[in-house]
Amino acid sequence: MARIKIVNPFKRRPGRIPGFGLTLGVTVSYLSLVVLIPLLGLVIKTAELSWGQFWGTISNDRVLASFGLSVGGSLVAATVNLVFGFVVAWVLVRYSFPGRRIVDALVDLPFAMPTAVSGIALTALYARTGWLGGPLDALGVKAAFSRLGVVIALIFIGLPFVVRTLQPALADLESEIEEAAASLGAGRVQTIRRVIVPAVLPAVLTGFALAFARAVGEYGSVVFISGNMPMRTEITPLLIITKLEQYDTAGATAIAVVLLGFSFLMLLAVNMLQLWSTARSR
Amino acid sequence: MAGSASMSVAVGARAAPPATRDAPAVRWTLTAIALAFLALFLVLPLVVVFAEAFREGIGAYLASFDDPDALAAISLTLLTAAVAVPLNVAFGICAAWAITKFKFPGRPLLVTLIDLPFAVSPVVAGLIFVLVFGLQGWLGPWLVARDIRVIFAVPGIVLATLFITFPFVARELIPLMEEQGTEEEQAAMTLGARGWTIFRRVTLPNIRWALLYGVILCNARAMGEFGAVSVVSGHIRGRTNTLPLHVEILYNEYSFVAAFATASLLAVLAIATLVLKSLVEYRIQRQVARASAGAAGREALP
Amino acid sequence: MKARRMILATVLGLTAGAGVAAAQTRTILNVSYDPTRELYKEFNEQFVRHWHQETGETVEIQMSHGGAGKQARAVIDGLEADVVTLALAYDIDAISEEAGLMPEDWQARLPNDSAPYTSTIVFLVRKGNPKDITDWDDLLAPGIEVITPNPKTSGGARWNYLAAWGFALQRELGGFEKLGDPAAAAEVGRAESKAREFVTALYRKVPVLDTGARGSTTTFVQRGIGDVLLAWENEAFLAVEELGPDKFEIVVPSVSILAQPPVTVIDKVADRRGTRDIAEGYLEYLYSPTGQRLAAKHFYRPYDRSSADPDDLGRFPALSLFTIDEVFGGWQKAQAEHFNDGGLFDSMYKP
Repeated sequence: MARIKIVNPFKRRPGRIPGFGLTLGVTVSYLSLVVLIPLLGLVIKTAELSWGQFWGTISNDRVLASFGLSVGGSLVAATVNLVFGFVVAWVLVRYSFPGRRIVDALVDLPFAMPTAVSGIALTALYARTGWLGGPLDALGVKAAFSRLGVVIALIFIGLPFVVRTLQPALADLESEIEEAAASLGAGRVQTIRRVIVPAVLPAVLTGFALAFARAVGEYGSVVFISGNMPMRTEITPLLIITKLEQYDTAGATAIAVVLLGFSFLMLLAVNMLQLWSTARSR
Repeated sequence: MAGSASMSVAVGARAAPPATRDAPAVRWTLTAIALAFLALFLVLPLVVVFAEAFREGIGAYLASFDDPDALAAISLTLLTAAVAVPLNVAFGICAAWAITKFKFPGRPLLVTLIDLPFAVSPVVAGLIFVLVFGLQGWLGPWLVARDIRVIFAVPGIVLATLFITFPFVARELIPLMEEQGTEEEQAAMTLGARGWTIFRRVTLPNIRWALLYGVILCNARAMGEFGAVSVVSGHIRGRTNTLPLHVEILYNEYSFVAAFATASLLAVLAIATLVLKSLVEYRIQRQVARASAGAAGREALP
Repeated sequence: MKARRMILATVLGLTAGAGVAAAQTRTILNVSYDPTRELYKEFNEQFVRHWHQETGETVEIQMSHGGAGKQARAVIDGLEADVVTLALAYDIDAISEEAGLMPEDWQARLPNDSAPYTSTIVFLVRKGNPKDITDWDDLLAPGIEVITPNPKTSGGARWNYLAAWGFALQRELGGFEKLGDPAAAAEVGRAESKAREFVTALYRKVPVLDTGARGSTTTFVQRGIGDVLLAWENEAFLAVEELGPDKFEIVVPSVSILAQPPVTVIDKVADRRGTRDIAEGYLEYLYSPTGQRLAAKHFYRPYDRSSADPDDLGRFPALSLFTIDEVFGGWQKAQAEHFNDGGLFDSMYKP
């Protein structure tokens, strides 16, 4: 990234690739038009509230409980995805078996499937009358309409983020390093722990953070399976909708701003991580 | 990916250093775990959609599409994607060009802002357009005075879709173009090529498969978006219902077969997308393999 | 070149999309709540025919259905409804208050508090009534699961809640005469805290709070969750008809609430779009013999029983009904006390 040395970033030098002004101009104006100005609307609407009202809205018991579920559930789901996503990515990159390409393609399904369809399908599957809900119920586990249901939906939503960020990182691992480690007498477990894990750690964390950020705001696939019980299985985006339907726009935007700030920080962290890993690999 | 994997296996088979290969037992166990996990969380929900859709036979399945509202929803969905995808492609290329070919202050911030729609709750995404264009919003009264409809009409649905699918193309292109650097473009410049020619003749061939991948994902998301579109649609039958909204409506009318049939249409779309995507990925790998082989060849020359 | 043409084309496409709205035939948009789909599907066809006979003009009726709160919210934010036909007066009040699209006294403009049809809250149970549920009291029996949607997001759910509350009050007070009587204030206070206990205990038995009435029906019917569904009378009839008379049956409690889903013209929208005559004609036609007959056919209790089919009327069981005005002092008060943030409903879920 530090390939081109720059004294004054905006000064056009001979031999410089053209199109900077045009492309950056288009990028910034389109970004502002479609993303930034509408998001600003949210912040300004929230500014109608005094600090006390804002705090009162977001520190309400039900809102706090929903933050707990949305954030906690997302953490659990992202952790599950971290473990199983790693296994999936490892298997897809390192091993070959019949149908590998199909399985690989399938990983993107949650990206491509409409969230409402996923939600209805997951509910049909995990409700007491469903194929998996029945056996689980016999074991005394209530899957749909419980916190477990929320986590199941969030695992579904987040999986491709982890697998897709890990795959290139695992593929890039040069087998020479592993061989070197082995020839120096490291065992398999030691190689994995000392060589592989540190090398893919940034990708692991990026995937985790993306899955987490996406899950916190997820609505469509969760709302069918969650049961929506106040204080127990009510997710934050549902509370935003609830506030809107009670004609409390400012209250809704207050919660939305918290969610938005949270997403922004998560993404900033991801991009910092990527910068850090690029710098480290140099 | 496939290339590197099979290569390491081949190397392993010859030299067999124990520390770079997993024992067969480990391999089978891990593969079984991965497949079981995917079956549980990805395949089963997909199967449920089709099982429910065909519950009353193929006749009932096909009858679900013989409905003017369903056709209207399909055409609105296609229209929305037809507008949103090209716009985001144009933007994605511009953004990737600006970000990867030049260094300027605030670049990480710009990349983060481009990523932002990934992480914004769809509900919030819909809400912001209501706040701007709604009757109680900034532009609402002005628009009403001029009889222009944005939200609860097609433009609002397109806008919400644009927002949701905003990062897909740019996100695919940026890492690739970053990797490729600017040498080829600079070489073309010294040969006297102008900007547009450089892009068309040098950059575009290098990024076309990644671009296509971005387009495919962007398109899938554009057609499948539910939350954000639901907030700005107004749910007018035959007018502002997209396919995912139509699924919800059918479901709420106790037409479960029709709901899952329509959902299966979207699922087929998702699968077609994934197949197309795998083909594209295969081409990318071959391209990369060829490029690195070419580079190796060049290096070998004196 | 190609890209430029593409951008031009999309820009043209966008403007064309915005322009299409100004169509030639006059249309009106009826923004309604979930359970009225079947009723208005048939009613609209009849009205279009009727309007054509009367005036020679062919009009088009567009429909939008959804949860009542969401629908009112959309109208406030600019969804161009010429008429709204929602689940409860509170949501229409909000349109008047928040957006000022019609006068505050809208409810006095049409007969019967602007409700051309009424309904009530009944129980839907599984065939044969295996848990032997006959009245509100039975809902609290051990081992019973009750399905009702979230009163925060569903209009029907608010009627359910208020019906349960009213039952408990009536049981304590023997009637509603004492409610306004200052001499009985202490007794009323005790009855109200009993009612609160009753409703709190009831919601403890609810395993899933769906966001809308239709969602709850699906949970009860498709997912097989719960022993009893609290539902609109019209929804209960429809569920039995659509989803199997051999699987479900309706139980009518001793007392319930008179649910009045009101209708009104959205003046400012209709005037701007020049559709006031159609919008008013549309609502008047709801009160006409044809409208009343269709309402009864689709399981709504008609305002004017004389024009409905006696067979349809025979399906409605007699039960004692109270109104929201006599027990709760109107929607504004009920909403503020029970359903707003920090209200009684919220406090029921406090740990």
